[in-house]
Amino acid sequence: MNLTARNLHVILGSHPVLHGVDLTAMAGRLTAIIGPNGSGKTTLLRALTGELRPAVGSVTLNGQDMARLQPETLARRRAVLPQQSALSFPFTVAEILRIGLIAHACDDVEARALIRAALAKVDLPEHSGRFYQELSGGEQQRVQLARALIQVWQPVGDQGPRWLLLDEPVSSLDIAHQLTVMRLAKNYARAGGGVIAVMHDLNLTAMFADHVLLMQQGRASAEGPTETVLTDRLLSQAYGCDLRIRHAPGDGVWLLPQGAVV
Amino acid sequence: MVAVAPPEHRIAGDRDHLGRAACLGLLLLLVFFALLSLGQGPSGVSAPQVLADWLAGREVATVDQVVMLNIRLPRLLTGMLVGASLAVSGAVMQGLFRNPLADPGLLGVSSGASLGAIASIVLGGLLPPAIAGIFGWYLVPVAAFAGSWIAMVVLYGIATRHGRTSVATMLLAGIALAAMIAAVAGLIIYYANDAQLRDLTFWGLGSLAGSSWTKLSAAAPIILLSLAAMPMLARGLNGLALGEATAAHVGIRVQRTKAIAILATAGATGASVAVSGGIGFVGIVVPHLLRLVIGPDHRWLLINSALLGATVLIAADIISRLVVAPAELPIGIITAMFGGPFFMWVLLSNRRVLDA
Repeated sequence: MNLTARNLHVILGSHPVLHGVDLTAMAGRLTAIIGPNGSGKTTLLRALTGELRPAVGSVTLNGQDMARLQPETLARRRAVLPQQSALSFPFTVAEILRIGLIAHACDDVEARALIRAALAKVDLPEHSGRFYQELSGGEQQRVQLARALIQVWQPVGDQGPRWLLLDEPVSSLDIAHQLTVMRLAKNYARAGGGVIAVMHDLNLTAMFADHVLLMQQGRASAEGPTETVLTDRLLSQAYGCDLRIRHAPGDGVWLLPQGAVV
Repeated sequence: MVAVAPPEHRIAGDRDHLGRAACLGLLLLLVFFALLSLGQGPSGVSAPQVLADWLAGREVATVDQVVMLNIRLPRLLTGMLVGASLAVSGAVMQGLFRNPLADPGLLGVSSGASLGAIASIVLGGLLPPAIAGIFGWYLVPVAAFAGSWIAMVVLYGIATRHGRTSVATMLLAGIALAAMIAAVAGLIIYYANDAQLRDLTFWGLGSLAGSSWTKLSAAAPIILLSLAAMPMLARGLNGLALGEATAAHVGIRVQRTKAIAILATAGATGASVAVSGGIGFVGIVVPHLLRLVIGPDHRWLLINSALLGATVLIAADIISRLVVAPAELPIGIITAMFGGPFFMWVLLSNRRVLDA
């Protein structure tokens, strides 16, 4: 079961942003979308969520054409963490999470249990009574993640695997919570769900991703297992600066800006 | 009784129990003020007395019966429907525009309704009798509904682009819209004859004094339909509070929610304006007060706005009949007197948002 994009062309206003992107994200894997600023990562994710209609091309979710799925059906199969969230009224954290359950028929007892469990997972166990607007940026981001997580709580449902689509899930987080969130995403994939994350941090990508799509100027310049995409040549070319991959003790790779040849 | 879960089973931040308790409390308050309103009037007929006689099967004096059934009861029901409409319209508009300052009265939606009503009073005579006959008493409320719907669509189109509403654009567009509508209304009034001017003056006073079963039965279906649509909006408006994209992600049909919100607001506002003229500030005060107590969850906010709106308007109507008894003030003066300063306070407490 997978989430597939075929030949996606997206035009924003009169500006073509994606020029025929293909992606095959498998359930059970954490797929990372990386690339420099303005390369079309977020636009690609927005097309994968169904938010943007591609001018050409299609997105299929577990074999079904995304454009034909009803919003409620879609909401029970995939959840989305946007990069930025605005909130217009003073909702509490518990109430925000409750919004994640809109597409579900669950009673109060179930809802309470889910809200507690989801907040514990993002390391905000005591925050359900706080006002969202009074939280720090990092805390808000984790509340939004919990809201998305609660929407697709079981990684596999009757209709196949469920999906988490995350746009820069760790952008406002301290290092400990970056690890918490990436582990959470990884475990979701290990349990059979699908995860697609737009990633800014290449080291976290190297640590956690199973599969990587490298974007460059609205095109996918490489796609494959993490170690085949995170290479000196591909990254240096995509990011426009000289980058060196180092091999960590054990397995895995890492890189630092200091690795660049000045 | 409504069951309230014991505290240990609740989680912090879940305010459902407050919403439920408010429903119950406001229902009792509404009944209290309704009875008070029925007993209030220059004729001195006592509501408890009439009610007791009725229940005991005793003869009720004809005069008392007429006062109760043909004067006070339609006035009470009109007040309840109008109050509920204005408050819920305010709450829905605020949810739709994602802004606590949106209000049909402030942003030209009520003006659109007035224009529709004025046009139908002055120009209704120009309609071929066959068409006018179809509408009959419904002509004024239907025209008011059409006017407020058009105003609402224009306002939303201007203030919201790519799913984002700019506060400044919304408020300024509302002011411009209201001014343009007032100009057209003025032009129509200029061409009105003496009889029509008399009708317009009575209608425009913003009062429940002219309430009758005929007017009520023309407006009530539109108002009740609009109010009945509101519960369908609760979850959609909750989703919209997180932005249009996220609302769609959690499973809301965003376009349908917006279309229903606009239609229902226009229907409730239009029909209310048609029967009662311009009564301001209920739509901004009531939802704001409720949000402070029960939170912004529309599943509870909408129903409680309806109850509190109805109660507030009946209370204002009682005051309007007491201050200069046995005469009465137009109720719009009372609501503006209390609502104006309140609106100032909302503005000042939202300064951070507005100045951004």
